Amino acid sequence: MTAAPGSGAGPRSRDGGQAAGLVQRLTVGWHESGHPATLREHAHRYGDLPRRPSGRTSVHDLIDQVTAAGLTGRGGAGFPTGVKMQAVAARRRSAVVVANGMESEPASEKDQALLARAPHLVLDGMVLAAEAVGAEVASLCLPRSRNWLTSIVQLAIKERENAGLASIPIEVHELPHQYVSSEETSLVHWLNGGEARPTMTPPRPFERGVRKRPTLVDNVETLANIALIARYGPDWFRQAGTPDAPGTMLTTVSGAVAEPGIYEIAGGTRIGDLLMAARADADIEAVLIGGYFGTWHPIEAVASLPFTNAGLGRVGSSPGAGVLFALPKGSCGLVEAASILGFLADESAQQCGPCQFGLPAIAEDLSQLATARPDGNPLDRMQRRFGVISGRGACRHPDGAVRMAASALSTFADDAHAHIQGRPCPGAVGHPNRAALPVPRAEGEWR
Amino acid sequence: MSLKLEINPIACEAHGLCADLLPELIQLDEWGYPILADSIPIDLEAHARRAVAACPTLALRITRAKAHHENRKAS
Repeated sequence: MTAAPGSGAGPRSRDGGQAAGLVQRLTVGWHESGHPATLREHAHRYGDLPRRPSGRTSVHDLIDQVTAAGLTGRGGAGFPTGVKMQAVAARRRSAVVVANGMESEPASEKDQALLARAPHLVLDGMVLAAEAVGAEVASLCLPRSRNWLTSIVQLAIKERENAGLASIPIEVHELPHQYVSSEETSLVHWLNGGEARPTMTPPRPFERGVRKRPTLVDNVETLANIALIARYGPDWFRQAGTPDAPGTMLTTVSGAVAEPGIYEIAGGTRIGDLLMAARADADIEAVLIGGYFGTWHPIEAVASLPFTNAGLGRVGSSPGAGVLFALPKGSCGLVEAASILGFLADESAQQCGPCQFGLPAIAEDLSQLATARPDGNPLDRMQRRFGVISGRGACRHPDGAVRMAASALSTFADDAHAHIQGRPCPGAVGHPNRAALPVPRAEGEWR
Repeated sequence: MSLKLEINPIACEAHGLCADLLPELIQLDEWGYPILADSIPIDLEAHARRAVAACPTLALRITRAKAHHENRKAS
């Protein structure tokens, strides 16, 4: 079955009764089968890729469709995908496409889940994007710590070769797994033979990237959406979501929820509805939005806001890569924030002084505050250091760390004052009642 | 068009010569890394060029204040 683009047909899904805001597009069939979709299952769900008589998709057609669909990057920054594709296609040299499947954000699992459940959707998107921008090869970057994922993708690539569908070569690369290795300049630097650390910009990868060629770096969920837009068209894409947040978005919900996991939501779904879909505890008081680079908020300040850049902008937040964490009642937000900040300090690429030395300094400050063992006044020290550290790295790692810490101090301001007076909240003493936020160990390898 | 100082934070190794030569526009943070003023007044341009030339790692440079729009992360 092939749906004509723009026909509004969409994928075949056995979509039952769903909670508010939940949609099945990328996640069709995830709950029915416990294995990666085979090429056959993939074709059954989504239909074959639309092909011109020449065998290739029409170049500018697809970029125009992606632009009309209003697709934005699903890796965190939310940049308009069509604009980026156009910028790469407009350059003279032949291009390179890089799919970013690094997902180094510890509280996010959606990219892994997408690659593990629907690898062909991502591979379709890579091939389509490569044809559209004039690339002869597409590379998929995965962290080498997840070799199970590499195996799944390589099997899927083999399947395509056996079926005669391999129109351009797809390379799979396994990179060191560090938090900042998923930054797009890190991928480019590594693919060029360097270390997986961020580099100075400009040039941005779209200007000069892999082998000095214009390089389109897109998150794997973004590419999977391109595969849907190519099949069903921009009008269909906009049938889900709102005008300023069209389509769907994969989110990872964790913490004080009965059903943590990946949820595909229509753009514009409210945070309260997403929490309800995951069956959040009724007594949660605060959430972390956007992951470890994200921001803490009292639940009542954000529950009615849409989980979008526009909706969260007014409270200084953004969905990032679609991460939502509900702080369990009885846990201390300062303890959680301190453990995240310690992780981010360890994950600095150690290239820029303000990040290399500044993050450990504020991590120590926040840790003193969280354990209610202040040396001097860590609150004042942090407020002063935040302003000095932010904006002074080559990448935005220090900015994200400062934003997360600053939001913790304002959201948990009462706790912070009690802690500094030697009255820590019950969740912070003894063996702190640590929430489920994972804090992986830094791998320490860059090549 | 005004001029401004720009640092390559990866190249900077906190030697601090720039702040010695141009204290009017460059302060060091508590770890010894330079914090730059927004723009270079005309009467300090010669001093600014001297500070740039003195950097042992070539991390400091002077740019036109205009071309600063595209440093957004696009991914």
